[in-house]
Amino acid sequence: MTGSLTRPDLEQIRTWLEEVPDPEVPAVSVMDLGIIRDVQWSGDELVVAITPTYSGCPATSVIALDIEAALRARGLDRLRVERRLSPPWTTDWISEAGRRKLEAYGIAPPVESAGGPSVFDRLLRKPLTIACPRCKSENTSRISEFGSTPCKAQYRCDDCLEPFDYFKCI
Amino acid sequence: MSGQEVLFEYLLRLGDNALILGHRLSEWCGHSPALEEDLALSNVALDLIGQTQLWLNLAGEIEGKGRDADKLAYLRDARDFRNLLLVEQPNGNFAATMARQFHFDAWHYLLLRELTGSKDARIAEIAAKGLKEVTYHLERSRDWILRLGDGTEESHRRMQAAIDDLWMYTGEMFESDEVDQAMMREGIGPDLASLHEPWLGLMRSTAEEATLTLPQPGWAQRGGKRGMHSEHLGYILADLQFLQRAYPNATW
Repeated sequence: MTGSLTRPDLEQIRTWLEEVPDPEVPAVSVMDLGIIRDVQWSGDELVVAITPTYSGCPATSVIALDIEAALRARGLDRLRVERRLSPPWTTDWISEAGRRKLEAYGIAPPVESAGGPSVFDRLLRKPLTIACPRCKSENTSRISEFGSTPCKAQYRCDDCLEPFDYFKCI
Repeated sequence: MSGQEVLFEYLLRLGDNALILGHRLSEWCGHSPALEEDLALSNVALDLIGQTQLWLNLAGEIEGKGRDADKLAYLRDARDFRNLLLVEQPNGNFAATMARQFHFDAWHYLLLRELTGSKDARIAEIAAKGLKEVTYHLERSRDWILRLGDGTEESHRRMQAAIDDLWMYTGEMFESDEVDQAMMREGIGPDLASLHEPWLGLMRSTAEEATLTLPQPGWAQRGGKRGMHSEHLGYILADLQFLQRAYPNATW
């Protein structure tokens, strides 16, 4: 029996990865977040390239372990998870489905493309309008630029009074 | 120094700035004026420690003596650290912490932006990653300068005092020595002096909006980049390195 006859095709593997949740935001999968940069066979070894969201994000090593565990459970025993830094992860890679899932979970998805204005311009303009994921009101205020994880900021809805997380654009 | 040795020195500077400031910020954990600030300071610390790992792992690789980021962070003595004097200054009150952060963030942002164009692809890649994070650090620290400077009489007084106290540690950020010059010649790092004007521009416009006064240019403290530190670094290392020194190779 040769490896090439038994190895599952890449589409199949991608659907399996769709089922691996992000450890910090379990409403979305690692595929939804765009963390998986590549899935390739290298001979009979599967190589999965992942990119960290933030340099110090403690979830990155957990994500690598979760991916490995999920694929081993599907019978893949020759696999390697590689970290890829460049190009750096951007919230633009979050899928449409991922954005909908974030909002349904109560996290406002990122609102602008990460290729937006440079920081010196950003500093001088009015803050972005972030809609409340619960009541959709745009009457919201930022409480802090940082939230429960590095990727989120804290907001409050001034209409329904619900505090919520906003997934920042990077 | 050989080319590899210069590059190693340069990477230590980048990594040690992130490490020491990240450690300082982590000292606030559980002590901040509000829960949101506790989270924010810890998040910024986390970003900086993440960047430290990238810089120091690369430094260790260049050095080629089997040292990784952990060994470089935990097993060097104060004289071997290459961070700026600014980042080792004590946290003081919240205004002092935010003033230190703003001075550093603005410089860090400008430096990383230049380094994204480095001829060394590994450096450009780490800089591009870090720049996204530092953009948020800068937005937040600037907000605090405005809020405290243009706040109550007490918050204004404390922020002004913090800026006056820290100003003499900012000159070192823009001075090039032979390591910086060698990196500049090879297209790896920028001319640090070229960061001064944009940095000063942001300081001026922010101070004006915050009703603060920037100190006059004066004598600058220097030495951090060459391993000549203030007494504070020893205390930081005593805390940071205790576990690995007391229980070598401990893991969890």
